[in-house]
Amino acid sequence: MSAVADIPQGRAAPGLGRARGLVNAVLGIGLLLGLWWIGGEMIARNDDLFAFASFAPGPTLSRLAELVASGAVIDMSVPSLYRVGMGLALAAAIGVPVGILIGRVAILREITNVPFQFLRMISPLSWMPIAVMAYDTWDGAIIFLIFVAAVWPILFATAAGLRRIDPAWLKVARNLGANPFHMLFVVILPAISVDILTGIRLALGVAWVVLVPAEYLGVTSGLGYAINDARDTLDYASLGATVVIIGVIGFFLDFALMMAIKKFNWVRSDA
Amino acid sequence: MMVEPITRDNAGRTAMPHVAGRPSGAHVAVRGLSHVYRRSDGPVLSDIGFTAEPGEIVALLGRSGCGKSTLLHMVSGLSMPTAGEVVINGNAVRGPSPRWVMMFQAPSLYPWMTVAQNAALGLRFARRMHEARARIPEVLDLVDLGGFADRNAQELSGGQQQRVALARSLAPKPEVLLLDEPFSALDAFTRRNLQQDVRKIARGLGLTLLIVTHDVGEAVRMADRVLVLDAHPGRVASDTRITLTDADRNGGNDAFQREHTRLMQTYSDIAQVPGGNLT
Ligand SMILES: Nc1ncnc2c1ncn2[C@@H]1O[C@H](COP(=O)(O)OP(=O)(O)O)[C@@H](O)[C@H]1O
Ligand SMILES: [Mg+2]
Repeated sequence: MSAVADIPQGRAAPGLGRARGLVNAVLGIGLLLGLWWIGGEMIARNDDLFAFASFAPGPTLSRLAELVASGAVIDMSVPSLYRVGMGLALAAAIGVPVGILIGRVAILREITNVPFQFLRMISPLSWMPIAVMAYDTWDGAIIFLIFVAAVWPILFATAAGLRRIDPAWLKVARNLGANPFHMLFVVILPAISVDILTGIRLALGVAWVVLVPAEYLGVTSGLGYAINDARDTLDYASLGATVVIIGVIGFFLDFALMMAIKKFNWVRSDA
Repeated sequence: MMVEPITRDNAGRTAMPHVAGRPSGAHVAVRGLSHVYRRSDGPVLSDIGFTAEPGEIVALLGRSGCGKSTLLHMVSGLSMPTAGEVVINGNAVRGPSPRWVMMFQAPSLYPWMTVAQNAALGLRFARRMHEARARIPEVLDLVDLGGFADRNAQELSGGQQQRVALARSLAPKPEVLLLDEPFSALDAFTRRNLQQDVRKIARGLGLTLLIVTHDVGEAVRMADRVLVLDAHPGRVASDTRITLTDADRNGGNDAFQREHTRLMQTYSDIAQVPGGNLT
């Protein structure tokens, strides 16, 4: 142990200290761009593939700049964000209460265990034909698919959080005269807020992935539609730009949830 | 339903003349209390009966497993006995209430709340948050945590956390405080301090205090009266008074030693433990 501690790691790069995370992040982004550029060069030099050369960083990023400048980015993102937001909100509205119930009531947990694990393993996209038949609007069908993808992580994270609650917290509350409403809003929900947010973060990851194929359905708006449309019109620069937009929005949504988790986390690592 | 004949006023004044002013504590009567968890195990408690006068500090002394926690849970209304009843100021206990509050071995503070928010829980549950602004600083001062209101509960030491739990119990102005070995997880020094302070606070407020313990020293230091419990099934086997002054209780002098030896003798006869080696 002491031998490791003796290696002057910090001194090798003086002044880097706090900036280290940022420097490494920039390094990672640079690496990704480098690989992308190499890939673009290889496609451009390949006789079979050169038609796809506008996937390269140059054409893609300049098209992206146009899309941003014209506001088209907003037009294609807003419908997608609406669908994901609605799907996630529904998933939380169902997943959190059901998760609390199966976390609290052993019989419910035992009864639902097999059906839930079974349903969870079915790809949300398998419901596509049923969703299309069941809903009058394309939007409804897509929101349903996102809901199906997002409900399980939220439900299971909530139930797991509940089972980690210290029973003494509940006893203390009961002892001081808490009613079931207090129990839920003063003890249980604050205690598991981080578990719920972690579930929502996982759900967002799945939902954002499911969104694009779901938007290949009949809709004429959204990021998935933009991908499909660009493919059909052989506009590969737009296709590449849309891929970048999907990645960037997904990254920042996830980042926002990570910050929320940090804010709500009451566990002190130093305690 | 039989009404408790002893009223708070005359019982408090005559039985406890040394309590300054009118005691805020309630009269507690436990009558014919028996409890069975599993029929195959037989009763855990069998026909327990005793009373505590308003403002009296009563220790329930017994070996671990003799049913002390079970008994206290029933007094607090957290669970119901198989037979018998608990009557506080003439009313049968049917559930928990901020009027009779229990303190546990672990403080179990909510780590997402500040000290003040934890202390105010009882007021919040009783929809009396309007009292908190005046009451919370008052109880935090009472437990010597005046400057800690906005600290996170997790930053405190074990003894300080138990003091917050005490403040939390006292905030709704209970008439009875039930302590289930609340100091046994603390180091000896912190434990002594809390034993002294809890007695002083209960005395000052005139609270009725029931303390469950397996520690003879704790019973002698804190209680006006000690009920020694027998095990399997639990029942009251001895009821003795501790007539020490507060100075004697804290000093560990000859008078203290005599009471300690006497109670230890009673306890070891009843609990069948080898005498002298217990603390
Ligand atoms: N919830 C329960 N279910 C079944 N048995 C219990 C339960 N709680 C306590 N007991 C049993 O009752 C007896 C008394 O327990 P307890 O009241 O905790 O004793 P003490 O507090 O004096 O140590 C023990 O034998 C214990 O195993
Ligand atoms: Mg116990």
